[in-house]
Amino acid sequence: MHSGAPIAREPDGSAATKSLMGQSKINIFMSTIVMKNTDTIQLESDVSAKTVVALPERTKALGMYESMVRIRKYEEQIYFLFLEGRISGSIHQSHGQEACAVGVLYDTRPTDYMASTHRPAGHDLAKGVSLRAMMCEMFGKANGCCHGKGGAMHMGDISVGAVPANAIVGSNIPIAVGMAYSCKLRRTDDIVVCFFGDGATNEGGFHEGINGAALWDLPVVFVCENNFYGASTHVQATMKVQTIAERAAAYGIPGERIDGNDLMAVNEAATRAIARARRGGGPTLLELMTYRIAGHSRSDASAYRPDDEESAWLARDPIKLFRGRLVEEKVATDAELDAIENSVQEEVDGAVQFAESSQDPEPEDALRNVYAGEGEV
Amino acid sequence: MPQMSIVEALNQAIAEEMARDERVFCLGEDVSDANGGYGGAFAVTRGLHGKFGPERVLNTPISEMLIVGMAVGAAMAGMRPIADVQYGDFLFCCMDQLVNQAAKMRYMSGGRVSVPMVMRAPVGATGRGAQHAQSLEGFFTHAPGLKVICPATAYDAKGLLKTAIRDDNPVLVFEHKLLYGGKRTESGALSMVGEVPAEDYTVPFGRGVVRREGKDITIVANLLMMYRAMDAAAELDEDDISCEVIDPRTLAPFDYELVIESLRKTRRLMIVHEDTYSNGWGAQLASYIAEHEIYLLDAPIKRLAAYDVPIPCAPVMEKFVIPSTARIIDAARSLMKM
Ligand SMILES: Cc1ncc(C[n+]2csc(CCOP(=O)(O)OP(=O)(O)O)c2C)c(N)n1
Ligand SMILES: [Mg+2]
Repeated sequence: MHSGAPIAREPDGSAATKSLMGQSKINIFMSTIVMKNTDTIQLESDVSAKTVVALPERTKALGMYESMVRIRKYEEQIYFLFLEGRISGSIHQSHGQEACAVGVLYDTRPTDYMASTHRPAGHDLAKGVSLRAMMCEMFGKANGCCHGKGGAMHMGDISVGAVPANAIVGSNIPIAVGMAYSCKLRRTDDIVVCFFGDGATNEGGFHEGINGAALWDLPVVFVCENNFYGASTHVQATMKVQTIAERAAAYGIPGERIDGNDLMAVNEAATRAIARARRGGGPTLLELMTYRIAGHSRSDASAYRPDDEESAWLARDPIKLFRGRLVEEKVATDAELDAIENSVQEEVDGAVQFAESSQDPEPEDALRNVYAGEGEV
Repeated sequence: MPQMSIVEALNQAIAEEMARDERVFCLGEDVSDANGGYGGAFAVTRGLHGKFGPERVLNTPISEMLIVGMAVGAAMAGMRPIADVQYGDFLFCCMDQLVNQAAKMRYMSGGRVSVPMVMRAPVGATGRGAQHAQSLEGFFTHAPGLKVICPATAYDAKGLLKTAIRDDNPVLVFEHKLLYGGKRTESGALSMVGEVPAEDYTVPFGRGVVRREGKDITIVANLLMMYRAMDAAAELDEDDISCEVIDPRTLAPFDYELVIESLRKTRRLMIVHEDTYSNGWGAQLASYIAEHEIYLLDAPIKRLAAYDVPIPCAPVMEKFVIPSTARIIDAARSLMKM
């Protein structure tokens, strides 16, 4: 979808970073890339991503690649289906942010929980929700992962730990804390990953939730995908502080800003945060700097995004970056990676066919599932 | 049979359910009584910390969104939380968690998750002004997915709370501050005690109860208003007006059948609640009867409720705003003349 070879990793910009912040949008963009190397806010751990994080062994590397490609192809397919009028409603697409979903969730267990947002498809797929069941949900079919009652913004499947995604900005945060409290009370070492956007960090639930999780050392990893905008409003127009990661200090937990388009940097930080959560060390706030390819929602052409910012970020496509490394470092050949892409494309095409030929729910099914028990009425 | 206050009955219900099922835990502000803590704003959770420890009697920061959000999350993840706010009015701080989250999660998931949580909240005016006084149970009867109960006796408090804890849905429990009993000496408090069986029992949802039999007027009233209706009925008896008093006990689900059964005999309906007049649960009951059973009625339905104002603080005004026994008596007399 986007041309341009993966650009080299940004150089270490050291002290210049802070003064660049806030001057203009493009400066903010540059500074964020710089900041991943130099200005990471870390209270506990001291691993800053100065060095390029090594690739994992081949199976995992290819698995992660496939998972990112699955998200990309799914989201692209959904977009076309909307353009063609084959599915209705609205969509908040996550492509461009695949490295966040996959980098964080790749090593989680099915019994770990995940709480997502109005932009859930990438998170759900990376957590292991069936692509077919999601596609059926998009078509409003009876066999959708939410029986057609959830739709694009409430996608989830509790059997793989993905609770219904939450379309009330920030409200999944206190809920994630409750799930983590359950993990603790039940004496499991399961953890909770809670995704939200930059915009959500100005909600009251962010404060109440993270404070509680910190207070009781609960096993949650709070993952803020900072894609610079909450709908059309730039993040710097919504807060006085420079980074979201530094908000962690208010709760006495580690906060880290990471290049969210660098899959291995995300995975490395998530690995530490997850390990900390599992051993009862408490929550971490990860701020992943990323960018959505599409507009905020279906009807949004992103007129508020400066062209240079957009082109610079889109050139840093996380899938292309990772693929470049896989080939360069000879983990896989182009042919092998193409084969993965093709097989995922087949999977997506098959899911569309499957969904289109699936049964609609009965209209009266709308009256079921309001209450648990006694005939489900 | 043992005699006890509603506070004691609620406390026993929680303690017994926590002992019976390790998934049950309490959370809220000041719910623990360790180190001189309150054990709940109205002492309902007193002593539980000693029995079950700090993890299962979780003192939280003053964070209502956190309390309810955690209850929703923990419930979806296998626990059975009992959340507590100090005054019902504070539920408005976490309406989203109750109405968008707790109520809708099961539905949005197509029935794949459930949210077995209990939300306890005290209601009723007690001279503290508008933000510690509201009877807001009606709000929540308007949210499909929630159940709403309002026990007015010690027996019902224990039995209904146990049912709530065992229910697989979010249940809101509205308790009246003037009915708690026990050691609190609140002006206007009815310091009642009631009989509570020693053995385990539950009270089902959706079953009202006839508190007093009568043949002329059916009065449906909940919480404190039920007691005022009972007092009014006793006085009206001397005028030869015989009132049947029904306590619905649970508002969602609501026992319409019991009211209809009673109307077959009395053919006159009065509804009394401390919630405001417009669009309260009484409005729903009145319209339901008008829609389905209007031919049972010999007279228009009479509704008595708090006037449509925030609750004022000064005792004379507070008294004026909330239906009194005298207002119920007057309304009954005029209803008999129609
Ligand atoms: C409580 C609430 N307020 C407003 C909205 C409308 N809304 C939906 S998404 C969104 C932007 C959210 O921004 P962010 O948290 O940065 O997430 P992103 O969309 O960038 O992934 C807004 C304002 C909402 N869904 N919920
Ligand atoms: Mg955003």
